[in-house]
Amino acid sequence: MTRQIDFQTDPSQYRHWRVEYDGPVANLYMDVDENGGLFEGYQLKLNSYDLGVDIELADVVQRMRFEHPQVKVVIMRSGKPGVFCAGANIRMLGKAAHGHKVNFCKFTNETRNTFEAAEADSGQKYIAAVRGACAGGGYELALACNHIMLTNDSTSSVALPEVPLLAVLPGTGGLTRVTDKRKVRRDRADIFCSIEEGVKGQRAVDWRLVDEIVPNSKFDDVVLQRAGEFAAASHKADVAEGIKLTPLNRTIGEDGSLTYSTLEAQVDRKGGKVTITLHGPDSDAPADMDAFFAMGDQAYMLRLARELDDAILHLRLNEMELGLWVIRSQGDPEKFAAHEALLMSNADHWLANEVLKYWKRILKRLDVTSRSLVALVEHGSCFTGILAEILFAVDRSYMMEGEFEGDNRRIATVTLSDANFGPMPMGNDLTRLQTRFLGEPESVGLAQARMGEALDAGEADDLGLVTTILDDIDWEDEIRIFLEERASFSPDAMTGMEANLRFAGPETMETRIFGRLTAWQNWIFIRPNAVGEDGALQRYGTGVRGDFNKERV
Amino acid sequence: MLDLINVSYDTQIPNNVGLSEDKTVLKALEKWHPGYINWWNDLIPDKFQQSLVYLRTAVSVDPKGWAKFDYVKMPEYRWGILLAPQVEGRTIPCGEHMGKPAWQEVPGEYRNMMKRLIVIQGDTEPASVEQQRFLGKTAPSLYDMRNLFQVNVEEGRHLWAMVYLLQKYFGKDGREEANDLLLRSSGSEEAPRMLGAFNEETPDWLSFFMFTYFTDRDGKMQLESLAQSGFDPLSRTCRFMLTEEAHHMFVGETGVGRTIERTCQVMNENGITDPYDVDKIRALGVIDLPTIQKKMNLHYTLSLDLFGQEVSTNAANAFNSGIKGRFLEHRIDDDHQLKGDTYKVWDMVDGKLVQHEVPALTAINMRLRDDYSRDAAGGVGRWNKLIAKMGVQFEMKLPHESFNRKIGVFAGHNFDPEGNLVSGAEYDAGMADWLPNHADGDFIQSLMVSVTEPGQYAGWISPPKVGIDNKPGDFEYVKLHMA
Ligand SMILES: [Fe+2]
Ligand SMILES: [Fe+2]
Repeated sequence: MTRQIDFQTDPSQYRHWRVEYDGPVANLYMDVDENGGLFEGYQLKLNSYDLGVDIELADVVQRMRFEHPQVKVVIMRSGKPGVFCAGANIRMLGKAAHGHKVNFCKFTNETRNTFEAAEADSGQKYIAAVRGACAGGGYELALACNHIMLTNDSTSSVALPEVPLLAVLPGTGGLTRVTDKRKVRRDRADIFCSIEEGVKGQRAVDWRLVDEIVPNSKFDDVVLQRAGEFAAASHKADVAEGIKLTPLNRTIGEDGSLTYSTLEAQVDRKGGKVTITLHGPDSDAPADMDAFFAMGDQAYMLRLARELDDAILHLRLNEMELGLWVIRSQGDPEKFAAHEALLMSNADHWLANEVLKYWKRILKRLDVTSRSLVALVEHGSCFTGILAEILFAVDRSYMMEGEFEGDNRRIATVTLSDANFGPMPMGNDLTRLQTRFLGEPESVGLAQARMGEALDAGEADDLGLVTTILDDIDWEDEIRIFLEERASFSPDAMTGMEANLRFAGPETMETRIFGRLTAWQNWIFIRPNAVGEDGALQRYGTGVRGDFNKERV
Repeated sequence: MLDLINVSYDTQIPNNVGLSEDKTVLKALEKWHPGYINWWNDLIPDKFQQSLVYLRTAVSVDPKGWAKFDYVKMPEYRWGILLAPQVEGRTIPCGEHMGKPAWQEVPGEYRNMMKRLIVIQGDTEPASVEQQRFLGKTAPSLYDMRNLFQVNVEEGRHLWAMVYLLQKYFGKDGREEANDLLLRSSGSEEAPRMLGAFNEETPDWLSFFMFTYFTDRDGKMQLESLAQSGFDPLSRTCRFMLTEEAHHMFVGETGVGRTIERTCQVMNENGITDPYDVDKIRALGVIDLPTIQKKMNLHYTLSLDLFGQEVSTNAANAFNSGIKGRFLEHRIDDDHQLKGDTYKVWDMVDGKLVQHEVPALTAINMRLRDDYSRDAAGGVGRWNKLIAKMGVQFEMKLPHESFNRKIGVFAGHNFDPEGNLVSGAEYDAGMADWLPNHADGDFIQSLMVSVTEPGQYAGWISPPKVGIDNKPGDFEYVKLHMA
């Protein structure tokens, strides 16, 4: 599986989903094209999915927010009779390299989190209307919806059959959402997760696995009725029309380097690193949100967001050996502040809200990116507000101190804004600064008191906002040595260490999904009991059962 | 009427499983039984419930006991729980546990898989009774009416058999599934039967005969493979059910045969030699052979769909775990484990039909379907002999397995009955000759008149060669209750 995976798509290219818009209600049909797999060698039967199916879903969810802000309720349902969704395609999983499986799961997790949060973030509520088999990843799709309706036809059930069937976990949030979100009693959850055929009818309600069961003959009517009720009760403001998300302006160089309108990613294969440079705004901030709306997806804050998001996904999936991401910025910090301020001061405008929430997601995506992340705060940089947040997302940051010989760029500064103190929380529900200063909460206050000031290296260092400040004499050498050292470490140890250090503080459902569940799943994904030649995943479909090493580890 | 408070299970439910001593099953059955009786009473029109039907009842499994004929009112039919005698030292006939002693209890690791198979089988048994519920009103003779009811009560007994297994061996879950078998019903919008073909109404008697010939034969093949199960109680249950299933197929084969015979006879009497002279033939009140061929095309292909996907993980798992064998497993000369064996299956590659070898373990469904097709061809040959004997130039032919399929590799493509991939236009044009349309249905329906005089038959069907239980031609198989 070495082909490049493109995360950009649009409705004209969909093969697996279709959406019918009906005022405030959108009907989202999953109707997977069996022969539309991303790779050779498997068929996407029974609405099973692979990364390609999920890329489309992520696109649907994203466009729902920006292009269809009228929508208040999304009904997720199957376009196939007799089956809602059979989950991730097992043959694809059996064939896929470990790295692909892990990346696939991460992306699907992020997509599920996104539509799950759509209700709280922008008033778009997702209903899962389940008719037919809803198993494994299929039920995980439903679990991430805000309301689950199951037909009561004495056959349709919800199930998490991964353990008995495949010797792996319901790893796309399944186990965690059953206990943390649906709050299913743990012993019942234990039963539920050990039986292939799942739970149907009244018991599914009694066990809290679904919100309601509906007589089969009335199913469609009740679903529509419920959608209407939710739409009527929604606090989401009425919006006349959305903006278009047009294709990104991206070129991929021969060496794999990426160029977008607001950023580039320079590949250094020998050094195992990529340098991502974010450019500040090329023009003044729009006068107001009407002007922003008129610019649509070309408005700087949204353009940068979309391009950065795409770059992160592209590098994560297609450039697995670039283990070190160096993030720089160049631009006018005050201009950036003005662009950001327009959004922050109009946070109740639907589009400003969507752009800010999008930034929240991108920063979270960065948090869970299994690469060593380092930020360089150089002269001429614009780490302000949302961009400064990147400094608190990375594993280390280095900042230039004082004049550098022959460098006449504006002296390096860091500027904090309201964006650093609430609207961009991490998965642990704390801000990055709160997480950073877990042992010294007063430091958050000290930093907040300096909001709006362009802090130079000494000040930033005093406030604990950067890792190390380096002057003209040390900069080049120290950075080189750090990068070389980092690149020499075991990538596995790095991933594990970084993921542990990044998420100090309380656990939330989200951190448990990415930390606990994913980590266990990834462990199982390399164990012979699942993926060995005689493991359950490899043998699935042959009729021969997995041969287990019975030793408990 | 059955006294539901004081059921003496050993007398009212003929059984060889020591029912009256089995506290667990008794308790479960007491709860389930009233629901069953309600199901039956709601289903069959009251007039027939009160009629005396000359039925065969199985009261034990030995040759003398399994065919007791007598008049009985259907609600008082003694639905028995009968397992074929236990074979001493029986071993698991196939799969990874081959050669080990057959299981007398359900192995925990296979409990769910086994339960699912039993539930699916169990779901088909009452379904066909539901599909055929209105046919009593248009029976072409008392003889046929009796056969219909015989098939119906036996399907009811098959439901009992599956319910017994669920209640006896699958604990609380099994009891719930047993209840759900009465909850689902054929064609219901609320809770339909599990398999598509069992949700279609059987609208007329020719459909009934085709159904018992082709669809009951699918049931036979499923039972044959479950009769090979390493789970002994399931094997024994299915072995006994097969003895009854044979009669259902007899009803189907002779029913179609008698329809054909009557058509040929009427053609001959009226000097019609062209079997395609449809209007003329129909005007004489019999069903033309091309229409019978169309009905056959429909029922055969619907039944093929019941075998599922050609390549199936579930079927492979069931075989390898020893829960389900192949047709006549013990007569197959191989390792019974299919290690490294392959089997030819159809596939569509780049829009073309090809056959290729796949691991035999994954092609269990395909193999059973091939066995089915061979089995089904037998009766067709006998119908053709009959047609030839009557001097009519016509040959019935099973369509190619790719025709009119909704499940498996052929689904979604346009094949003609010869197995040629044809264009959409050709397909639409051919349809009138290939499958029965509404007009055909209307015509057949117009012939469906009730004939209730003993020894008399509707004009579109010949009398049988011999009576049931060797009764004479004018025997009153059903003493109709006149309200
Ligand atoms: Fe049967
Ligand atoms: Fe039958």
